[in-house]
Amino acid sequence: MIDKLSWISVYPEIVLLVMACVILLVDLGVKSARRNVTYVLTLLTLALVAFLSALYADAGTTVYGFGNMVVSDPMGNWLKCFAAVAVMITLVYGRPYAADRDMLRGGEMFTLSLFALLGMFTMISGNNFLIIYMGLELLTLSSYALVALRRDNATATEAAMKYFVLGALASGFLLYGLSMMYGATGSLDVNDVARAIATGQIKHQVLVFGLVFVVAGLAFKLGVVPFHMWIPDVYQGAPTAVTLMIGGAPKLAAFAIVIRLLVEGMLPLAIDWQQMLMVLAVGSLLVGNLAAIAQTNLKRMLAFSTISQMGFVLLGLMSGVINGNTMSSADAYGSSMFYVVTYVLTTLASFGVIMLLARDGFESEEIADFAGLNQRSPLYAAVMAVCLFSLAGIPPMVGFYAKLSVLQALIASGQAFHLGLAIFAVMMSLVGAFYYLRVVKVMYFDAPSSDHAISATTDVRVVLSVNGALVLVLGLVPGGLMTLCAHAIAQMMAP
Amino acid sequence: MGLLSLAIWMPIAFGVLLLVLGRDEQARSVRWIALIGAVASFLVTLPLYDGFKLGTAAMQFVEKTPWIERFNVNYHLGVDGISLWFVLLTAFINVVVVIAGWEVITRRVNQYMGAFLILSGLMIGVFCALDGLLFYVFFEATLIPMYLIIGIWGGPNKIYAAFKFFLYTLLGSLLMLIALIFLYTKSGGSFDLTTWYKLPLGGTTQTLLFFAFFAAFAVKVPMWPVHTWLPDVHVEAPTGGSAVLAAIMLKLGAYGFLRFSMPIAPDAAREWAWLMVALSLIAVIYVGLVALVQQDMKKLVAYSSVAHMGFVTLGFFIFNDLGVSGGLVQMIAHGFVSGAMFLSIGVLYDRVHSREIASYGGVVNTMPKFTAFALFFAMANCGLPATAGFVGEWMVILGAVKFNFWIGMAAASALIFGAAYTLWMFKRVYLGPVTNDDVKTLTDINAREFLMLALLAVAVLYMGIYPKPFTDVMGTSVAELLRHVALSKLN
Repeated sequence: MIDKLSWISVYPEIVLLVMACVILLVDLGVKSARRNVTYVLTLLTLALVAFLSALYADAGTTVYGFGNMVVSDPMGNWLKCFAAVAVMITLVYGRPYAADRDMLRGGEMFTLSLFALLGMFTMISGNNFLIIYMGLELLTLSSYALVALRRDNATATEAAMKYFVLGALASGFLLYGLSMMYGATGSLDVNDVARAIATGQIKHQVLVFGLVFVVAGLAFKLGVVPFHMWIPDVYQGAPTAVTLMIGGAPKLAAFAIVIRLLVEGMLPLAIDWQQMLMVLAVGSLLVGNLAAIAQTNLKRMLAFSTISQMGFVLLGLMSGVINGNTMSSADAYGSSMFYVVTYVLTTLASFGVIMLLARDGFESEEIADFAGLNQRSPLYAAVMAVCLFSLAGIPPMVGFYAKLSVLQALIASGQAFHLGLAIFAVMMSLVGAFYYLRVVKVMYFDAPSSDHAISATTDVRVVLSVNGALVLVLGLVPGGLMTLCAHAIAQMMAP
Repeated sequence: MGLLSLAIWMPIAFGVLLLVLGRDEQARSVRWIALIGAVASFLVTLPLYDGFKLGTAAMQFVEKTPWIERFNVNYHLGVDGISLWFVLLTAFINVVVVIAGWEVITRRVNQYMGAFLILSGLMIGVFCALDGLLFYVFFEATLIPMYLIIGIWGGPNKIYAAFKFFLYTLLGSLLMLIALIFLYTKSGGSFDLTTWYKLPLGGTTQTLLFFAFFAAFAVKVPMWPVHTWLPDVHVEAPTGGSAVLAAIMLKLGAYGFLRFSMPIAPDAAREWAWLMVALSLIAVIYVGLVALVQQDMKKLVAYSSVAHMGFVTLGFFIFNDLGVSGGLVQMIAHGFVSGAMFLSIGVLYDRVHSREIASYGGVVNTMPKFTAFALFFAMANCGLPATAGFVGEWMVILGAVKFNFWIGMAAASALIFGAAYTLWMFKRVYLGPVTNDDVKTLTDINAREFLMLALLAVAVLYMGIYPKPFTDVMGTSVAELLRHVALSKLN
């Protein structure tokens, strides 16, 4: 007998699933080239789901459902809310782009996006290894199809193949690691696994052996060095709308499963996985920033920049437990959560501008395509500049506070070694500032390379302006979101 | 809303308004709105001087509201005798810069004016912030408008200059950020400056903190040997950009020494004072010699700025009343004089489009009114008595002699170089027969240029003849700072 509370805790997922099916059917009757009905229905669904999740999150309760298979807690619900909004914004930016590229012959983009979001929701709510894995597969399978949506385009197809092969390998890693954990602890339940490890009865080598695979699988999904190879190719090859679908909301879900698996499930092993994350973080900061300098393609540059930004997220995650003391872990994980959320917000706006500049038969992907954007459209140049300064971590953009809180978590540990890491991280963000500034330079200092008018539909213009403004406004008043993340994590960590 | 908030946000609000509404077709109204904004922003800073209570070292016009609760950061503003004049100076220079760019800038006028207004508000924020993080946010945010000003309206090699400016100063600031976070952790979760002043710190910690702050502020001042970005940037920046950079932005670094390095790490400051004094003397003497051989007027004034700022840091790190007050007076005086020097070069550049000294000669024949101003500012730059340039240098030298005769002697003899390069440049540019057709066809300054130079000339003269209002304001705060620095914080 499944109790009522269980059902209530998964309402957002149920709504999403039902509506995805309904929209699939409704779309059969839609004739318009831009799929207006499907579009509006999808946005309404997403808004409803985001609202529901926010309501749950605001209530602040933690509910376990279906025999501990899923959990609905403030951290998860906020992440779900942000993910739904992110997908919504992605679709607003992506629709004109997709329509110009013959990707809207059917309504697949919308339904696949909804199913991808359902996958993210499942990952975020999962409190069981298999549920989490199932959500991950739902997300990645939908993403493969989305990348391949432009099936007559060679680069997109190539990107889809790469993504599929590497993604499958990563899933394999993760599944293998999880099965090792299951073998060692005898449970798939995240809480049970944590309890089993905490007893200290289980052989350490077996656990760490499994842990290596779990971390490798997660690193693939986050896209950190040395498991980053797919990121640049897929970012560049996929149609930009889909790039944003992969590079935006799923980062929130990836963060959630890192927390669920490593923090909730394997906190007693923190000393082991923190070392692994540190190596990954240092590699990502180094490779991501240095490789980004050499890029001429903006999407590829942003791909490498993502790698380095994820390195920062890992820095926060690896400074939670100091000498077995979890006093400051809520702060550390909270800073990582803040980082991911603001990163997604910034990524959305920057890819929004890239899509806006693209037009029929022309991809605006090269950095040179942005030449003189300030003369062509001061508004969109400003949005892009705000995003780039934010990614570079220059105040008063929100990205600065993200870096600040991660650095604070690192330095608060009081370890000289962590202080060294913090100095390394800021030196790497100085390197990062160079390539972000280069794009600003192209937009503001160079003469326009094209005088093609930039036209945007009203919905895109409004959402993009608000999105850009948010990056700045959240920088002026970052306190609310910061506290929200800190509270959500603190509640998750509470025994 | 308090007066300080008004002084910070009013220019920013006008700047944003211009960015949002301005179009090049309405350049005329854009300029007038910018001027109204700049003048209004200056006027709101006047009550600060009027209401400033002398004889107390406490912060005045204090505003404090929680800003980021998660990190216990407060929107905490206040001025004391050290910072008060810089608020007024910044707002004043902003008015002059808006007038200076009036007809010269024809492309994207709203962005030009908007950038300067926003920049002015941010710099006032730096001088008012009493919270470490708030200070950092303002300090760093100034990079963005300045980067755009140099890059959009600069000279031929503007891109190199813009990047050098941004990355060079960012490098220093990032190390300071680490220091700020470290202090936050060490003080048990506070970014409040007064808390940090009281925080006992070990010797090594103080030294590390001192050098982290040094990285940020020495680059900004700039001190030898990290001054190399300044000449490159000055040469390429538009006139207004150079003026603001020399008049205000360099002061952010020197101000940082007084607000952060010295009171937070007093033992390290005293321990390493010899290094600071040595670097300052090198700046004063060696960079003065470098200025002597420059062919480019802007480069010459840029090197002269480094030398003058050397006097400022010299004054600070000899730890006596005369030295620190002298350094502060020198900062204000240099704000007026260097701003005026760059604007004068701008007047010539707008007509001839060359900054080479060799392209001029005999300008006095065609531009007598302008030459009179130029001569006056050149004299102020040499430190002639009765001009602003004299007071600060005189006080610093007196202080230095008290501290150590030979240091004072070295600094005093450097004045000769200052006179040499300034007057030699003046002779080659303005005096003698007319050497080429460009100079022959020059027209004298118009009413706008007259106004902008006259405003600065009055300020320079007033400060030179009657420096009392400036030194009175500083006295108590400087004494309190020195008293604090003399106490050991070692635990």
